[in-house]
This record gives sequence, C-alpha cells and structure tokens, in this order.
Amino acid sequence: MRIVVDDALFDPGAELNRFTEAAEGMGAVVSFSGIVRQNAAGTLKAMEIEHYPGMTEKAIAAIAEEAVTRWNLGDALVIHRYGALEPGAPIMMVATSAPHRADAFAAAEFLMDYLKSRAPFWKKETTSEGEGWVAAKDEDEAALDRW
Amino acid sequence: MMDVLYFAWVRERIGLPKERVETRAATVSELVAELSAREERYALAFSDLTALRVALDQELSDFDAPLEGVREVAFFPPMTGG
Repeated sequence: MRIVVDDALFDPGAELNRFTEAAEGMGAVVSFSGIVRQNAAGTLKAMEIEHYPGMTEKAIAAIAEEAVTRWNLGDALVIHRYGALEPGAPIMMVATSAPHRADAFAAAEFLMDYLKSRAPFWKKETTSEGEGWVAAKDEDEAALDRW
Repeated sequence: MMDVLYFAWVRERIGLPKERVETRAATVSELVAELSAREERYALAFSDLTALRVALDQELSDFDAPLEGVREVAFFPPMTGG
C-alpha cells in the first residue's frame, strides 16, 4: 500500500506502469485519475487544494486499510496533490490490484467515494469572476451509503 | 490548553489557521459557544454547525463529543477531495 500526499506534479501513466509491474500474480489492475476540470464557460484559472497535514495521511491510510479488509486485493495506491493546480493538471489517482477484476473495480470505487468526503481536502476555485470554495455535494455523501 | 485549527472558509472567516486556547469546555459544543462569544468573526464562522465538521486529535468526531484529554481540535467545512 502506497499513499502519497504531495504538492508535486506526478505522472499517472508512469505510476500505473510501476504499480502494474509490481502486481505480480494478480489478474487485474484498475486505476482512476482525477484531473482539474475546466468549467463549461472556460473561466477556471486555478484550483487551490488545502488539506490538513497529519490527518490527511491518517484518514487515507484508514480508508485504504478498510478497502484491503473488505476485498481480496493485492495492493492499493493513492496519490493526492494539494496546492495550486491549473486546469488539466492531475489532482489524484487510485489504483488497485487483485486476483480478479470485480474486487479491483469495487475497491477502486470505494476508495474514490471515501476520498471525496472523508479525507480532509478542500478545493477553492479561482475564475475570471472571482474565487470561491467548492461546496460538498449531497450525492457525494449519499454515495457512501452503498458501502 | 489545546490547539484549535481552522481550515478552508472557516479559517478565512476567523482570520487565522491555528491558535492555542485556554478552555474548560467539557464538550466540542461548549468550546464552540465559548469561541462564538469572543468576537463576531467567530460567531459568524460557527453560525451554522450543520455546515461544519469537527476532528478531535485528527479523527472525525461530533459536536457533542467530550474534550477530556484532547490536544487538537479542528473545525472545517465538509470535505471536497478527489
């Protein structure tokens, strides 16, 4: 299990290759990468991600450990950035490996749902109109119920 | 004495990321009441507790949780990771 919380740019493709090479004996690798999405009007200038150093790493580790307990996994990877990001930049990725794909898919979705609303990150958007904090969505909280 | 931390718009409204607080509050709610009574900016930040989350020693908790033995309290809006 590898957890990275950093402001540095990472290469999702290189990370996935490394993770896959290390997944010896596994039959499935699933990965998800999140990128800073430009808004419909094309006015997003930057996204600032604030986090709670210390708690962030612990919260992600607890979520990843829960995933390993619930599903038959070989390994899990979580990378999440903080700091100032531009539209199109990678924000985060998760990857899971498992003997079979059902476990790898389910665990990756579980990790994503929990990272969204249980890991202490907050997003602030700067657009040409001004800046504002991204509000949490009810559906993100509701997504936890299925687990 | 405990460290009280604020994140995102809570930090902006209160105007600082962290402070040392001398308190005898027995629960998070009592601490919130003490802070809110200090100054308008605190009262504003804590005006709607349903819009806030609290962590005690870096674990998510509740507003009715006891503070005994707690060294670090953090207040922040619902998280928006991913």
